[in-house]
Amino acid sequence: MTTAAIETPPAKCWPEDGITRVPAWIYSDPDIYAREMQTFHYGKTWNFVGLDCEVPEPGSFKRSWVGERPVIMVRDHDGTINVVENRCAHRGSLICWETRGKARDLSCPYHHWSYDLKGNLMGLPFLRGAQGKGGMPRGFDKSQHGLTRLRVAVRGGTVWATYSEDTLSFEEYTGPEILERLDRLVSRRPLRLVGYSRQMVKSNWKLYWENSRDPYHATLMHPFLSTFGILRTDGDYHSVPLEGGKHEYTYSQFDPELRNRTSEASQQIKSISNDLKIQDTEVVTSVIDEFNDGMMGAFQLFPTVLVQQYFNCLVVRHMIPKGPGAHELAWTYFGYADDDEKMRELRLKQSNLVGPAGFVSLEDSEVLSLMQPVVESRPDSQQVLEMGGHGTGAQSTMMTETLIRAFYEFYRREMKL
Amino acid sequence: MTKATASRAEIRDFYDDCAAVLDAEDLAAFPAFFTQDCLYRVISRENHDDGLDHAPIHCRGKAMIIDRVTSTREVALYQPRSLRHFISGVRILSDDGDEIRSSANFLIIESLVEQEPQILMVGRYLDRIVREEGELRFRERSCVYDNYHIRTTLVIPA
Ligand code: FES
Ligand SMILES: [Fe+2]
Repeated sequence: MTTAAIETPPAKCWPEDGITRVPAWIYSDPDIYAREMQTFHYGKTWNFVGLDCEVPEPGSFKRSWVGERPVIMVRDHDGTINVVENRCAHRGSLICWETRGKARDLSCPYHHWSYDLKGNLMGLPFLRGAQGKGGMPRGFDKSQHGLTRLRVAVRGGTVWATYSEDTLSFEEYTGPEILERLDRLVSRRPLRLVGYSRQMVKSNWKLYWENSRDPYHATLMHPFLSTFGILRTDGDYHSVPLEGGKHEYTYSQFDPELRNRTSEASQQIKSISNDLKIQDTEVVTSVIDEFNDGMMGAFQLFPTVLVQQYFNCLVVRHMIPKGPGAHELAWTYFGYADDDEKMRELRLKQSNLVGPAGFVSLEDSEVLSLMQPVVESRPDSQQVLEMGGHGTGAQSTMMTETLIRAFYEFYRREMKL
Repeated sequence: MTKATASRAEIRDFYDDCAAVLDAEDLAAFPAFFTQDCLYRVISRENHDDGLDHAPIHCRGKAMIIDRVTSTREVALYQPRSLRHFISGVRILSDDGDEIRSSANFLIIESLVEQEPQILMVGRYLDRIVREEGELRFRERSCVYDNYHIRTTLVIPA
């Protein structure tokens, strides 16, 4: 018997039809989930932690997560950004309780062990005991009991962390296409934090991950898009898997004339009702083409984020797994330090489009939270992914599941499934 | 002494009337509670206290409230639900005869199919209220929710 056979018992074998099928047990199996965390989030990947503008000054910190593990992103006295686990090296207490703040050092509330902003253990109370009794053994070496520190990569205004010494450089990890798209949004001008939305979604993280790779559903389940001509199946649209399916991007060239046209494709969508009019059209129009390319789109940087530009609304959707059946979405909205008053208001207005109450995103969490128990009730069932054929290449259409197939090609390779 | 814009009892009635419209899912009646140039938003306490402007629902002007109502009624897809608002601690913070600043606590319970009722949101209303043609209207309403995160989805305004 081979080792592979032991690791993958028959019930957990991928269906024979390959990536055009996805077995439902991967959305609920606790072993699979644990392996995903080890392979991906705690493995050779770059995880989104935050934006540099969230920690503007030395001592500024922000809580974040890598996989399920709480971490602290903190700006050091020399201006560099460190990421350490938010877990005391003594007995594992949560050190930092505030979401965001400023501190001179990191001190644990439990027994007051204190660490510098790099996570080095500086001191602990009663090291030599009290009245000659107790205290730590003479040989106790403080340098061996610091906070677990992650490797950090900063690209433009974004901060990333990895547990592995073997992770590729950030630039190699993303590849040139993602890097270009990331730079377009975060590297040309200093960033400004607009604010957060946080959302708990009771579904496996992959259901949401797939959802962002699924343009097929976009105009159907989000009728707002087609009703107001933001995205139409007859418009320009590109679905591009990258780096062997690990990342992807989708984008379209915005066409303000679209709403006035009725085509055969748009007639197929029952959800279009052309008599609906939006009163404040600034919410659904590219009022200012700030990147001078008439483009809008989104990209996934595996395994944590979808970075999205909807007209002038800029947002990082951070997917934080919370067990096999839940994940949290931390939406970080940003703009640029030199935004004028008009642009600030525009970003706020257009942020009605995406988020927990977003005109074009609220359906996602509704559907996925209802889908999770159904999927759990039939772990033996399979998803069918044949839209746009069986391949994993880039396609210039929304009517394709190529991005999901490409993801599962990558996933199977990494998970050895 | 300047003439007061409204009494505490009137403000309480105004809050209850607005909540009744939402509880009844009579969303079409919701925009009428606002002035033309209003600001209506549902914002987390985290953002509000930190001076961050982002709000999951941010309507600058009545037109945007009407758009949100239209989109919720005609376009959005969501599970059937019942909402109940519980408002308490209505207070007038100031009244200069032209505009009232007032606040109240709110608790919104959401009931979904196959689930126990749950707390959708708990927080504070921070309002600026004026009188137009004899009727009270919100010039500004910030629904500041204490919840760390929104459970699944925020569909109906708070
Ligand atoms: S657990 Fe942190 S000091 Fe004891
Ligand atoms: Fe969606």
